[in-house]
Amino acid sequence: MAAWLRRRRGLIPYLFLLPGGLWLVVFFVLPMVTMASVALQEGTLGTGFTFTFNIGVFPEVLGRYDEQFLRSLLYALVVTILTMAIGYPMAYTIAFRGGRYKNVLLLLVILPFFTSFIIRTISWKFILADQGFVLGTLKDIGLLDDGFRLLATPVAVISGITYNYLPFVVLPLYVALEKIDPRLVEAATDLYASRLQAFLRVTLPLSISGVFAGSLLAFIPAAGDYINAELLGGTRETTMIGNVVQTLYLTNNDYPQASAISLILMVGLIIGVVIYTRVLRGQELTV
Amino acid sequence: MAANASAQGSLRRPRRDLASAILPAFTGLVVLYLMLPILVMIVFGFNDPRGRFNFTWQGFTLEHYANIFTSQPRMNEALINSLIVAVVSTLVATVLGTLIGLALTRYEFRGRGPLNLLIFLPIATPEVVLGASLLALFVSAGLARDITTITIAHIMFNISYVVVTVRARLAGFNRSVEEAAMDLGADEWTTFWKVTFPLIFPGILAAAMLAFAFSIDDFVITQFTAGVDQTFPLWVYGASRIGVPPEVNVMGTIIFVIAVVGIVGWTLLQRREQLVAEPTRTDR
Repeated sequence: MAAWLRRRRGLIPYLFLLPGGLWLVVFFVLPMVTMASVALQEGTLGTGFTFTFNIGVFPEVLGRYDEQFLRSLLYALVVTILTMAIGYPMAYTIAFRGGRYKNVLLLLVILPFFTSFIIRTISWKFILADQGFVLGTLKDIGLLDDGFRLLATPVAVISGITYNYLPFVVLPLYVALEKIDPRLVEAATDLYASRLQAFLRVTLPLSISGVFAGSLLAFIPAAGDYINAELLGGTRETTMIGNVVQTLYLTNNDYPQASAISLILMVGLIIGVVIYTRVLRGQELTV
Repeated sequence: MAANASAQGSLRRPRRDLASAILPAFTGLVVLYLMLPILVMIVFGFNDPRGRFNFTWQGFTLEHYANIFTSQPRMNEALINSLIVAVVSTLVATVLGTLIGLALTRYEFRGRGPLNLLIFLPIATPEVVLGASLLALFVSAGLARDITTITIAHIMFNISYVVVTVRARLAGFNRSVEEAAMDLGADEWTTFWKVTFPLIFPGILAAAMLAFAFSIDDFVITQFTAGVDQTFPLWVYGASRIGVPPEVNVMGTIIFVIAVVGIVGWTLLQRREQLVAEPTRTDR
């Protein structure tokens, strides 16, 4: 075996790749192909599904669930902007002014990961509850109207998603900002740039790789999220496309429609990412 | 010239701008915001609610801590399932992912582009789509869904994370130490286990920890690939639909404390090892 391998050294990398690569082909590529074929089938779980090459399912689900598609994109966009607005100043502070507290601050950023994502979201449900300790107290002392609520509104859903993906945005931003040589900013100010100009023309362009990675790490999962919409929203006005996929697949067993929606979501996101990559030129599609 | 520049630098420093006042305060507020749901989780684990809803403070009790392993038998089952899935998927994904990482950084071969895409796409796909596609496969293949299908799915998404982490670690690897070992008469096998592996082990360990964390907390893909068997996040979700029992908070707190103690201890241990290994280097 060893002697045989020595004669065919070119095979070694393929032997290394084979098990993991095969796993990804069987449990990532094959499921995608299966899902595409399921989307083109017609029938019910009871009578069985037959492949009819039903291309019409795509315009059908787009028409029927256009509201949920658009809402998901809108929420994801708002979440991305919010996480950037909160995450950038924070990452900047840790990178440039963190001093010896850098590691402690970074630990605090990832601390939410040490509790379950579901439990954190349920905690927000506690905090935002109509008669919970925040709103209830504010209502008791008369600062808020009795009918005021946050739960089951878009505000609750968007803040929930923002909370959950904020650390994913801070970390790549920090990595990008940390690499910047402060002397470059100093050079800019020495050349009579104002602090703002130095930031806009030196720091920000140099941290664009972090902005790129961070915005994708927020936007993509936010667009597919359904837990926040379910636990903090739960009304027709907050239903996202992920909720539709979950209900169609796990409750209604309407596999063709659920598959078609998943495919549209995935292809739409890939096209979006490619365009976005072109816009922020020079970014590579590797993590 | 140099003196002039440093004089200017020291002149600039006292001029405190708005940013240096606002930024630390802002960061502190964000940290509080990040901690808020965790604090709520911990505090409400000590609450003594009447009825099913644990939303308002009713009184202090340690009862939920005392009965944590007896009051919710389904939770114990789910916890054990979560641990099994996390351990198995971490072990398999770490081995498979490390092999791919080694191949990518140490060998020249055809098909690098498609392989990179194959590794990148599972990370870039929304979880709900990954879950849905796996469900489509399992249903089409007539495969019953249980803890095995959950583990298969977790290995799949963890491979990509392991490859990315291990590759980052291997990218800065100095291969001359391996050449030195070979020059001193070690064969490739010995060189790998005595030189290469110990050097890349911290990267592999970091990848495994990441994989474990992703697996034990995964909800979406697990919901799609789980049949009869529940994991801890699935149990919490199910319980939350009929009113959250305080045991959720208690178990969440216990896991949180174990994780924090583990990571802080590990970091301190590493720092000490570094100090022992490089006593001359001053702390940065």
